[in-house]
Amino acid sequence: MFRRLPEAKGDTVLITVDGKPVTARAQDTVAAALLAAGIDHCRTTPVTGAPRAPYCLMGVCFDCLVVVDGRGNRQGCMVQVADGMRVETQQGKRDIAR
Amino acid sequence: MTTHAPTLDTDMPTVPQSCDLAVVGAGPAGLAAAATAARAGLKTLLLDENPGPGGQIYRAITRSPLPEGAVLGPDYWSGSPLARNVTTSQVTYLAQTTVWSLARDLELGISRAGSAYLIRPRRVILATGALERPMPIPGWTLPGVMTAGGAQTLLKSSGLVPEGRLVLAGCGPLLFLLAAQFLEAGVKIAAILDTTAAGAWRAALPEAFDFLTSPYFRKGISLLRKVRAKVKIISGVTALQAEGEGVLRAVSYETASGKGRIEVDTLLLHQGVVPNLNLGNAAGIPTVWDEAQCCFRPDVDGEGTSAIPGLAVAGDGAGIGGALGAAERGKLAALVAIEALKPDAPVLSEKPQVEAALSKVLRGRAFLDRLYRSAEAFRRPSGDTIACRCEEVSAATVRETVKLGCAGPNQLKSFLRTGMGPCQGRMCGLTITELMAQAQGVSQAEIGYYRLRPPVKPITLAELASLPKDESAMKSVERG
Ligand code: FES
Repeated sequence: MFRRLPEAKGDTVLITVDGKPVTARAQDTVAAALLAAGIDHCRTTPVTGAPRAPYCLMGVCFDCLVVVDGRGNRQGCMVQVADGMRVETQQGKRDIAR
Repeated sequence: MTTHAPTLDTDMPTVPQSCDLAVVGAGPAGLAAAATAARAGLKTLLLDENPGPGGQIYRAITRSPLPEGAVLGPDYWSGSPLARNVTTSQVTYLAQTTVWSLARDLELGISRAGSAYLIRPRRVILATGALERPMPIPGWTLPGVMTAGGAQTLLKSSGLVPEGRLVLAGCGPLLFLLAAQFLEAGVKIAAILDTTAAGAWRAALPEAFDFLTSPYFRKGISLLRKVRAKVKIISGVTALQAEGEGVLRAVSYETASGKGRIEVDTLLLHQGVVPNLNLGNAAGIPTVWDEAQCCFRPDVDGEGTSAIPGLAVAGDGAGIGGALGAAERGKLAALVAIEALKPDAPVLSEKPQVEAALSKVLRGRAFLDRLYRSAEAFRRPSGDTIACRCEEVSAATVRETVKLGCAGPNQLKSFLRTGMGPCQGRMCGLTITELMAQAQGVSQAEIGYYRLRPPVKPITLAELASLPKDESAMKSVERG
């Protein structure tokens, strides 16, 4: 898991992950916020149901897919957190148009 | 119910319908290209997916939570002027903007804040940079395994570091740079498992003179010393395996002198970077095999010019040359665009200086390419090891399908869906080529790479529906 360096500055924002409150920093992406909160995986795969966690953090691998404010298949590493954002971990396949 | 559109500052520029030059990617090459073009008075648009400029190497350079200096080191902070030059220039910089298609006539499909747009620039420079070479070892999909570049991104943009037992594995300068940054931040590293091939030093020797006289030599040596003093380095690693059920527990490895196993919470993998060529490939720029760098790159000349009129590729996206080289190559590609659109611009007289600076910073590259060439064992996985992360296809399945008579990567797509998942082959493309080359006993060049089609990034129906409904929009959607 990941921890925040004491010298890292920035404002705190509050989001929920699967309904539970999680504090993040304003500069965080959703993927960074999940890793900092000790959430060990953000989705399961559509094919075998295996758990996956953010892998590349640069928008390439799509292993960070989550549901953000009701919209599925968002790349957690490319979406900035915002106060009050509702994040859900994603189980299996999501309708791409949602 | 509240909905958060991607956060965009309200004073951010709107999307213009046309421009002289569109630059895709705000890393060193894109920043330098855009700033140069704007200086010559070209109406320049810079498009980038991230919230701030910098690309991956200077990620979060204008918004890192870490104080300047210390942890990230001077090479990182040297990217500040590049970003500043763009933000203080006439460049229209659109952050958090995804380019999902590029047509041969240079029409760009982009999406921004939930809406899609089509733009028709007179010229386009792709500065889409590099991505990490896939490192398909057993267990590399387990939570707890991440790329070294990914961990570095978390450090740069969020000030996050791994907690618990940490191992770095692979080869290449980034691995040691990251180790040095972690040490500086007070992070303990249990070990570095170095996969640099046993014969690599000898292979690199003929290129050593250039390297010894390059700016990288002194920096590289002091970095290595610093890391060696504090971290156990196990060299000559020939096999790696990430172990765990549902989450990483340990990494096991093999060297010529035996096997070992280390319990870990985080394993960071890296074996160099390769061009991110998807957008250019989908636009129709042919890909060529680069044997020295052991990867595919777009077929462009030394100035980045492709066979498609008005379309160029600059920086690491055209072949790996490092951040300093990328900036010079960005300028060079911009000068070509300026020459075409404004042939009497005074800035054109700077070309000789740019070329000289470029050859200086590319010195020593051939040495690094040979020394850190990814070993075959880490490019050609076997058995159950996953080759395609999106569709969960194993190396063995790929090999069997080749035996059944599947000839090339594009045909494999229809058999196994490899390269058809959301990553569009970015995580599996090279592995598939390597496996097919091995199974058929031919070169990677003969096998070739996926031929990609737009959209190169997923786009939602809602975004497509937001496009203006004229004829060109309809065509673009059909192409998608
Ligand atoms: S972690 Fe790879 S796309 Fe987000």
